[in-house]
Parts: sequence; C-alpha cells; structure tokens
Amino acid sequence: MTLAPPPSGPVPWTGEFAFKMVRDMLRIRRLEERAAELYGEQKIRGFLHLYIGEEAVAVGALHALAPEDNIVATYREHGHALVRGMPMRTIMAEMYGKREGCSRGRGGSMHLFDAQLRLYGGNAIVGGGLPLAVGLALADKLQGVRRVTACFFGEGAMAEGVFHESMNLAALWQVPVLFCCENNLYAMGTALARSESQTDLCVKAAAYKVPTLKVDGQDVVAVHRAAQQAQLQVREGKGPFFVEFQTYRYRAHSMFDPDLYRDKREIEEWKTRGPVHTFTARLKAEGKLTEEQFLALDAEVAKEVEDAVAFAEAGSWEPIEDLAKDVTAP
Amino acid sequence: MKTSYREAMRAALREALAADPRVFLMGEDVGKYGGSYAVSKGLLEEFGPERIRDTPLSELAFVGIGIGAALGGMRPIVEVMTVNFSLLALDQIVNTAALYRHMSGGQFSVPVVIRMATGAGRQIAAQHSHSLENWYAHVPGLKVLAPATVEDARGMLAPALADRDPVVIFEHAQLYNMEGELPEPWTADIKKAFVRRPGKDVSLITYGGSLPKTIAAAEQLAREGVDAEVIDLRVLRPLDDATIMASVAKCRRAVVVDEGWKSGSLAAEVMARIVEQAFYELDAPLARVCSEEVPMPYAKHMEEAALPQPAKIVAAAKGLLG
Repeated sequence: MTLAPPPSGPVPWTGEFAFKMVRDMLRIRRLEERAAELYGEQKIRGFLHLYIGEEAVAVGALHALAPEDNIVATYREHGHALVRGMPMRTIMAEMYGKREGCSRGRGGSMHLFDAQLRLYGGNAIVGGGLPLAVGLALADKLQGVRRVTACFFGEGAMAEGVFHESMNLAALWQVPVLFCCENNLYAMGTALARSESQTDLCVKAAAYKVPTLKVDGQDVVAVHRAAQQAQLQVREGKGPFFVEFQTYRYRAHSMFDPDLYRDKREIEEWKTRGPVHTFTARLKAEGKLTEEQFLALDAEVAKEVEDAVAFAEAGSWEPIEDLAKDVTAP
Repeated sequence: MKTSYREAMRAALREALAADPRVFLMGEDVGKYGGSYAVSKGLLEEFGPERIRDTPLSELAFVGIGIGAALGGMRPIVEVMTVNFSLLALDQIVNTAALYRHMSGGQFSVPVVIRMATGAGRQIAAQHSHSLENWYAHVPGLKVLAPATVEDARGMLAPALADRDPVVIFEHAQLYNMEGELPEPWTADIKKAFVRRPGKDVSLITYGGSLPKTIAAAEQLAREGVDAEVIDLRVLRPLDDATIMASVAKCRRAVVVDEGWKSGSLAAEVMARIVEQAFYELDAPLARVCSEEVPMPYAKHMEEAALPQPAKIVAAAKGLLG
C-alpha cells in the first residue's frame, strides 16, 4: 500500500484556534507518553490503550461539536475525555485507580465517564457503544432536543453484527448520530484486509443509506472540516452521518501487545504523516507558530502532565467498605 | 374484577404509557402485529408508532438502544420475544445496563425495563422454551422479577419503571391465558416474596410459571393430610431471604420448584441460602424439582416429562415427610 503524502496545504484557521488544536494534540501525546512510563513503573496497571498517532481525530472532531452534545467513546478514549474537558488530573487519577478519578478508580483507563461532560464512556466491549449512541439520540429526538450524539469506534467494530443493526436503526429512525469510525487499520493484531471482504468502510454505511465521508485522519484540518460538515447535517435533523477517519496508531494495541503483526517500515512510514509534526510544520510555514512558541507550549503541557501525576500520586484509595456502593441505586 | 394475565399486563402498559410521556414500548412485532403474545394488542392505535415502536430482528441493537434511551432520559420498556432470543442481547444487558452505574463511580443510571416471555409448555421445542431466569438473576446491577399472578402482572410494571436501575421482567408463556381475580387496590411491591398458601408441614418455594403447578401440588398434599406452605419468590434478584427463612423455620422442610435446569439453577441458589442461614431449622434434607437436563423436546408427552409437574412436587414433598 502506498501512503498518501503527509498532510499539507493552507490552514484556514486563526492563529488562536490553530494553537488550541496543537495544544490539545500535544496534551494527549504527552499525557499518554507519561502514562506509558508510569505503566512501566507499575503505577498504572491493567489494560492501557494508547491513542498516540491518532490525536488529530479526537481533536478535530470534538472541536467541531457543541458542549451539549453527547459523546460515546471506546476503551482508547483518554484523548476524547481530555479534549472534551476532563481535567488531566482526573484522567491520571483514574488510571492510577484513585478515588479522585472520574469513575472513583473503578473503571481505570478504559472506563472514563463524566455525566457533566455528557461523556458516556469509555466502553470496552467492541461495538458496545453503537446501540447506546443510537438510543441516546433517539431519546433526544423523542424529547425534541436538538443535539448530536457522536459515537467513536474502530474499524474492528464494523465486523460486529451490532454495527449493522445499529446503523440500520439509526437510518430507519433518522436519529441524530454522528458515527466516527477511527480506522487505524488493525483490530488488535488483525489487519482490515485479513478480516473483511469489503475494506471500503464507507460502502458498508452507505448500504444503510447513511451519508458518508472518508477523511485523512492524520490531518487535523481535514478532520475538523469533515466533522463540521457532518455534525451540521446531523444537527439539522437530516439523520445519521458516517465519517471514516483514516489513521494509524504508532504504539502497540495495548501494553501487553508485542506488535509482531505490523511491518516496522509501515509504522515508520505512517510516522512521516504524524498529526502533530505535520500540522506544526504547516503553521510554521504560514508564520502562525514559531519554534519558541511551540517549545513554550510543550513546556506548559509537560507541567500539566507532572501536575496530573502529582495529583494522582497524592490521591486516595476508595475505602473497601464502599465496594458494593452504586451496584444499584441507594 | 376478573381478568387474564395478558389483559392485566396490557392494562399496566396502557397505564404506564398514559401516565408518563417518557415511557415507550419497543420490540419485535409489538405494534402492527399486536405483540407475539398479544400483550400489546391495540396499543399502537392508542399511542401511535413513536411510542409503540416496532423493531427489526435486531435484539442486540434494540435492547442497547433502549439502554441508551434510558440514559438519555426516557423510560423505555423493551420487549424481547422470548428469553431464548434475549441471548442475542445478553451483551448489552450484562455488559452495559448492569455495569454502568458501578463502573462509572455512580454517575449513570439505566432505568430501562426489559420484558420477555419465558418457559415451556406450548410444544414450541428447544429454541423457544427454556427458562433462563437464573442467567439474569446472577448479575449484580439487575433487578429480576417474575410475576406469576394476575395481580403481579398488573402491579409490577409501575414500580419497575420507577426503579432507577435496569429491571428484567419474566412473563411465563403459560400464564398469559390464566384468569384470576384482580384485587382493588392491587399491590405494587417489587421487593418481597409472598406466601401464596399458608401451611406448616413443608415449604414449597417457587416462582413464575411453576406457581400454579405448585399450588395444585399443595392442594393434592392437603387432600392427603399434608399442610404445605407455598412461597412465590416474585423477585428473583435480589432474593427476599427473610420470607424464605421464616417459612423454612416454620415448616422445617422445603422443596424448591424451578423450571430451570437443575445444574447452577436458581433452585440451587435458594437451597444454598437455606443451608447457610437456616440449617439448624431443618428436620430433613432439602429437595428440589427442576426441569430435566435435556433440550426441551417437541412431542407433548416428552415435554411434560421434562418439566416440573404437580405429581413430581407432591412426591418430593412426601419424600421429606417420611
């Protein structure tokens, strides 16, 4: 497979907005790099799925949405939670399993929830969030609420029957769901072409008469433009929309994954299309960002990460007496 | 007022739909067809297709959509045609509905009601006849109800809808045509087991479609001079231990009647609790009458042989009395 050239071209944004996008991508990157180190130090345990390489998708898409919109995400959702507005401290504390985490340390890395931010998980059953999103959107439609439910999932979820069932019902009932497929080409270790007879994902959504867009997920400008266009249509009551963001994860599937199924050259090639450095290069070429500004930003983000680590370290453990709390309503 | 179980359930649905605009009914053939067991017959005409919502054959998605709609502020009632089909939706019920509150640190409630038919007795063979209530009763986060009388068919839906957690309601297919007297007012309890027939010699503990058979067995025992007490569990999760233990303490002997297969059954759970909590009250070993451990056969005589029957219950009770 020949890769497309790295994202390029003019950035149609003010310096301020562009800076915000760089900042959020960098925040995800540095948070997760630190999380990987902390995993090595056994501060974070269990599963840890890194989003490194895919940052432009969450950043571009979520900045196209409104604060009142619903977000349904997967187990690779640190970036989505962060961009949505969850403090880095809260995310880190959750990864530590501390009570100060968003889910009181009960969920960990895969189960970031925030009712205030309308973040409905953090769902670690592949495809599990899809009918949930359709249901949330149906509730809005029935209650006359004008809101978009954005549902993120990987291309692996499209092999699940529930993708097809959910897509059919979303289209049949014309509910306001923005389906955001993060196609990173591998469902854990299984390449798309090794698992699907039809590798053009948009065709699958189109089979249910859902309008589609296919976008370079490494280009935050293209991601934002597509998400903007799609969410507008969904918000106007024109039914669901499916966007395929073509992306790539630079790290292994999880910390347990020795990554034996990918060609190292393929990974290196994709890294030339990295969402952060290609975007900052474009901004620098346009005079919207200087190296000094970038370094200052990176230092500021590093501080935020260290603050989050200190917060998590200082956090407390949920008392064992609370073990059965919230299994059912009090 | 005399009514059937089916009509009582329909009246409960109608009342819920009229009382709360957030309530809607969704499932396969609930609307135009009138409900596969005719429970929702006429409701489409009364409430319209938005609220009596026919779905395609997509159990996993429409149950998940009900869960999502509950998270989004609605009060959905999702009908699954039979418990056998609910296995297609098990992922959403167990991995989403039951877990979301705890896993999110208490942030989210899933106030969905999932109704399904269960049980055998209509010669519809192995893929439509099983009793898998215990699969759901195993899962923390769920409430599991088994209305076995017209009163409970009428009364359990409203409190289930008012509950902030997911509630699964099992309607035994053999009960839909059952007629009974509906008291005024009817009870709306979803916490307690009830004594359906007081007695002193042996506790017969059951639920759902086995209740009429167990009462028939108790009447037979009475004719033979044995005064059996019949306990209807009603709520399969959480179990009402107090009512069970009070009956066992009084009768000192107990038979558990359960249409599920014996291995890993609800009967096993009830018996284990009696052993844990009331062992020294017992004058005899516990006994149970469950379905034979075979896929449900089609032929009538074979199906009857596979199921708990009054004669088997009578024999089990007499076995304890020596």
